[in-house]
Amino acid sequence: MSEVKNLTAPLSEADVRDLHAGDIIILSGTIYTGRDAAHKRLCSLLDENRELPVDLDGQMIYFVGPCPAPPGRVIGSAGPTTSGRMDAYSPRLIKECRLRGMIGKGDRNQAVKDAMREYGAVYFAATGGAGALIAKSIVNAEVVAFDDLGPEAIYRLEVKELPLVVAIDSHGKTLY
Amino acid sequence: MRTVPFDDVVQTVRAMCGKAACLLPPDVLEALKKGSLTESSALGKAFFQQYLENASIAENENMPLCQDTGFAVYFVEMGTGVKLDSGTIEEALNEGTRLGYKDFYLRKSIVADPLFDRKNTTTNTPCILHLQSVPGDKIKITLAPKGGGSENMSALKMLKPSEGRDGVVKFVVDSVVNAGGNPCPPTVIGVGIGGTMEHAAYLAKKALLRPVGTPSTDPRYAELEAEILEKVNASGVGPQGLGGNVTSLSCHIEFFPCHLASLPVAVNLNCHAARHAEVEI
Repeated sequence: MSEVKNLTAPLSEADVRDLHAGDIIILSGTIYTGRDAAHKRLCSLLDENRELPVDLDGQMIYFVGPCPAPPGRVIGSAGPTTSGRMDAYSPRLIKECRLRGMIGKGDRNQAVKDAMREYGAVYFAATGGAGALIAKSIVNAEVVAFDDLGPEAIYRLEVKELPLVVAIDSHGKTLY
Repeated sequence: MRTVPFDDVVQTVRAMCGKAACLLPPDVLEALKKGSLTESSALGKAFFQQYLENASIAENENMPLCQDTGFAVYFVEMGTGVKLDSGTIEEALNEGTRLGYKDFYLRKSIVADPLFDRKNTTTNTPCILHLQSVPGDKIKITLAPKGGGSENMSALKMLKPSEGRDGVVKFVVDSVVNAGGNPCPPTVIGVGIGGTMEHAAYLAKKALLRPVGTPSTDPRYAELEAEILEKVNASGVGPQGLGGNVTSLSCHIEFFPCHLASLPVAVNLNCHAARHAEVEI
């Protein structure tokens, strides 16, 4: 294992360029959620030249569809979903919206890696199937767009010490 | 003829949904503990620690192990000497699923139309039912909630009989290795061999119900399971697909007679949170 770094989101391009595949990251700060349906809607809005409900410039999207929050909790189980399904959309968000990072599980395609390298974005792996553990690192959750999508709505999350691994860096290096 | 109240089945199923989502079965927990000792990569070992910690949080705090609380897949053995006082078993399962997924704060993951509007049914129904008629007056219900990430890595191929044992090994190993980190390895590999196309797929899913680490009772198939597991673990995919020597915890093969022209093989994977719950009414 490589070095362990504490980072606070949102990240700058310089932060991202300094990350290397294999680095262990403890992430705190603000991130957004989004998965299949939300990505599809974001790209439809881009097609129509309309404003997005969330400014993604410099932000990170965590590919997750959480369980409903039980009483007294901010969120239910919240582990990553398979990132490959977002490959069709991510390059566009990186290029046109300057999305800075993504968190998910599993490999990405070449188009995503190329966009990450060109525009300075990073891809983190969260631990798939550890949703109860990850929920402990989420201290606040608020739906900010596409409420009608239920678990697929876009949430703004405040995370505290979320354990991640740099799976693909902005230099084209990958752990997969 | 024994009569069981419809609502008894509903309440039993409701409780099963919560239990299956939050409680990792002892066989899986044991396999994860064993895997954490076998895994050689430092990162892989760290993932195993997280899986064990996750299972403990899920159990103690009634939190789902994974946010993908899955498609509710039921295997039901219905005795010929038992009936419900009203409705059908399928209706009771759907109602129990609806209540369980609501009351235990599980994620509703089913969309009504697969292709066009993909609108969430908001109840996690309909469920999937595999119903079998058996002697006796009991109803045995097994719930295996199935997450999308691992289900999406399923594979099926109608091999030529001439491809034989080697063909089966290659197809299964390739399917697991190509799945990479997507199905949340270490996985449990379910394999169905024989029958027809759809029966092989059913057998592959049914194979996942066998307690993790229990070999086939047929020594030839047990040997095949061991060989597939060894090859998969030598691939280096590892926990989360990020490298290591424990890519799968177990390989289970179920088989069935087949047509003389055919050799159907299906692969269905379970993630490391290999959930299932069973009850007899």
